[in-house]
Amino acid sequence: MAEIHLPMTLTPLFPGLPRRIDLDAAKVDEAIDVLEERWPGVRDRLCEPGPALRSHIHVYVDRDRADLDTPLAAASRVDFVAAISGG
Amino acid sequence: MARTLLLIGTRKGAFLLESDDRRDWTLRGPFCEGWPVYQATLDAGSGTIYAAAASEWHGSAIWKSADLGDTWTLSSEGLAYDDGRKISKVSSVAAAHGRVLVGVEAPGIFESRDGGESWQLLSTLAGQPGSEAWDDPANQPPGHLGLSALMPDDDDPARFWAIVQGVGVFETTDDAATWTPRNRGLRADWPRPHDEVGFCVHRLVRAPTDGDRMFQQNHCGVHRSDDGGASWQEITDGLPSDFGFAAAVHPHDRDTFYVVPLDPGHGRTMPDGRAAVWRTRDAGSSWQLLGRGLPERDAHLGVLRDAMAIDDQDVPGLYLGTSTGQLFASADEGESWSEIASYLPPIWSVEVAVL
Repeated sequence: MAEIHLPMTLTPLFPGLPRRIDLDAAKVDEAIDVLEERWPGVRDRLCEPGPALRSHIHVYVDRDRADLDTPLAAASRVDFVAAISGG
Repeated sequence: MARTLLLIGTRKGAFLLESDDRRDWTLRGPFCEGWPVYQATLDAGSGTIYAAAASEWHGSAIWKSADLGDTWTLSSEGLAYDDGRKISKVSSVAAAHGRVLVGVEAPGIFESRDGGESWQLLSTLAGQPGSEAWDDPANQPPGHLGLSALMPDDDDPARFWAIVQGVGVFETTDDAATWTPRNRGLRADWPRPHDEVGFCVHRLVRAPTDGDRMFQQNHCGVHRSDDGGASWQEITDGLPSDFGFAAAVHPHDRDTFYVVPLDPGHGRTMPDGRAAVWRTRDAGSSWQLLGRGLPERDAHLGVLRDAMAIDDQDVPGLYLGTSTGQLFASADEGESWSEIASYLPPIWSVEVAVL
């Protein structure tokens, strides 16, 4: 299972959504599908229509910058990161 | 006495202030997880609060609370264009006749008929003069609101007005099937490619006692209409500046109207550092400064387009939020003021409801 890490700005929007969750998915986009199924609306918070990742949401798979099509291995770590800009 | 509820949209979430006497106020918030909230309103029909918001990280959504702020949810289901245009923010919200309307940037209007659970595109005002250019990024500077305001008609669900920032006012009488520009007689100090549009309407208000009487604070002057927006005449003479954002019309007197003049340059703060609201009681023939209780010096305050509201009590209360987070209230039609919140985030909108 892939180990998914979500930004702290996301989890308060969806009751029960944890910061870390393990799930089965073959690529990043499918991982978002799994999250969307359990917490409807999550996709909209991470992606723009297209779909494409929102410009201030970055994804890393095993510490490498990734996109929606990046494949996941059975034990991949996936970090969704909200930009640290702002004030 | 009635309970008064103020709904405050700020750069860091929504806040609520409540009072039973319009003197002592209780503050709650921040709500909406600190998202920038462009406007918050109470749907009088359902008692639900709606807040138009846009997170820099997580995109645009409409937050709602059905229990006056105790719990909140958000939705953006259906809030997307299918033609490649992007939505940078939900900048305006209005609730009337059992539905919720929101204005977005790039300019367009979405509606919800299920209490804010899902949204459908209602209109992009396609084909209206000016629409060919308003998606050009050069016409969307930072902070651009797009569809900056929506004003429903109290009686006719199919009739409402929309402001496209930097373009002008449009009216529909057939639920957005067709539109008519309503900017005749306004002033613009720049070249305009179309006769009917190219005006920068900051705030449009309509007298509750006379639907034909409207006022607006424009980038270029203050204007009055006596024919429901079909034509406008300027009433700026007597004010210290032709520039400002906020405006309010008296709930019981069609001739009484309030504005907050600002320096028109880059700063856009109150002239000479003196905080003041200006009032006309004769539909713009003369103006009076109202400043008792407001800071008289060293107060370089800005007030944005949606940041002044007036309630509908017998003696109306006025409410004023600044872009530096102060909130002022008057319980006597603007004659005297007190500061009821001092340290809020930058205030973008103030609305009032009497419960």
